[in-house]
Amino acid sequence: MSDRLKEQVLRTSGVNVLKCMRCGKCSATCPSYDEMEYHPHQFVYMVEKGEIEKLMASPSIYKCLSCFACIERCPRDVEPAKLVEAIRLMVIRQQGQNHLKPGQIPEMLDEELPQQAIVTAFRKYAK
Amino acid sequence: MIFSYYPGCTLKTKAKDLDRYARLSAEALGIELRELAEWQCCGGAFSMAKDEIATKLSSVRALADARETGLVTLCSACHNVIKQTNHAMATDADFAMKANNYMKLETPYNGETQVLHYLEMLRDVVGFDKLAAAVKNPLTGKKIAAYYGCLLLRPGKVLAMDNPENPKIMEDFIRAIGATPVLYPYRNECCGGYVTMEDKNLAAKKSGTVMQSAVEAEADMMITACPLCLYNLTKNAPEPRLPVYYFTELLAEALGVKEA
Repeated sequence: MSDRLKEQVLRTSGVNVLKCMRCGKCSATCPSYDEMEYHPHQFVYMVEKGEIEKLMASPSIYKCLSCFACIERCPRDVEPAKLVEAIRLMVIRQQGQNHLKPGQIPEMLDEELPQQAIVTAFRKYAK
Repeated sequence: MIFSYYPGCTLKTKAKDLDRYARLSAEALGIELRELAEWQCCGGAFSMAKDEIATKLSSVRALADARETGLVTLCSACHNVIKQTNHAMATDADFAMKANNYMKLETPYNGETQVLHYLEMLRDVVGFDKLAAAVKNPLTGKKIAAYYGCLLLRPGKVLAMDNPENPKIMEDFIRAIGATPVLYPYRNECCGGYVTMEDKNLAAKKSGTVMQSAVEAEADMMITACPLCLYNLTKNAPEPRLPVYYFTELLAEALGVKEA
């Protein structure tokens, strides 16, 4: 099971986790670091070890801001955010696993909230 | 000079000023921006997954419709999504094949359209020297902090707009309209983005750090190209806060077309 999940993550993300040299720059630059149970560098080595289910169950997958800082700054072009994205997709692509539902939107709105925030949240949190 | 123009969802609603001042200014600079006839929302975030196809098709449609003219974007998010999709169409043969098979365009699309952010249009088509010469009301003495945020420049290799870690396109823009750019450490760090939807505290922390950094650098104001950055900086960042403007508003002011 875990081998199959790992293979799916690697295929969806296109990431080669073996390129990582464990420098930690991805986590050092991540704006969501303080909010995450597992940090970007941990996504890389946990995927390598095949611990996909732990990552799938973690709220950390909803904390990536899609800011591309870890992608830009990784000296080895590992691009950890792509792993976060792939694992989140494996969760929300399952029936009934959307992290955000349309019914929740009205209470989140205020007069100035740009549409951009809503469409982006749906893209990241729901299928 | 004529370009196709992709405004995006927010520029039609909460960020009408970003759009309106861009159009007035382009006209004053002799550039015709033709809004694409049937554009669809870009989705706000580029799906990094290689097996996400449908979420990228609205960008492919816009790109294919603009292949004769080139495409100008303005919102940082639209710019990011459309440029990354264009790069994927040009470099990821599997994705391009699936997108083309689905869309059945008369001529298959493979990333030929040139995509320019409005700032790139000012720099590379108009030229900042020509822009400076067209300025009627220079913003002399104003100290302006350019806020790039995350989506305007990254990933640098794909967006190819400026050095993502030490950019200068917005500072050069600020000089061209007669003002003084202020450099500050957090100008290319994230404001918290869409996470404001479910975690206001995180958005407040991130946008607050950016705002404080600009305050400490003694800027009078900040400029941005992104409606969500403007929202986070003005709604979520704690006081003290500088005023935040769309760069197009200051452009229109400098060109003397703001009240037109």
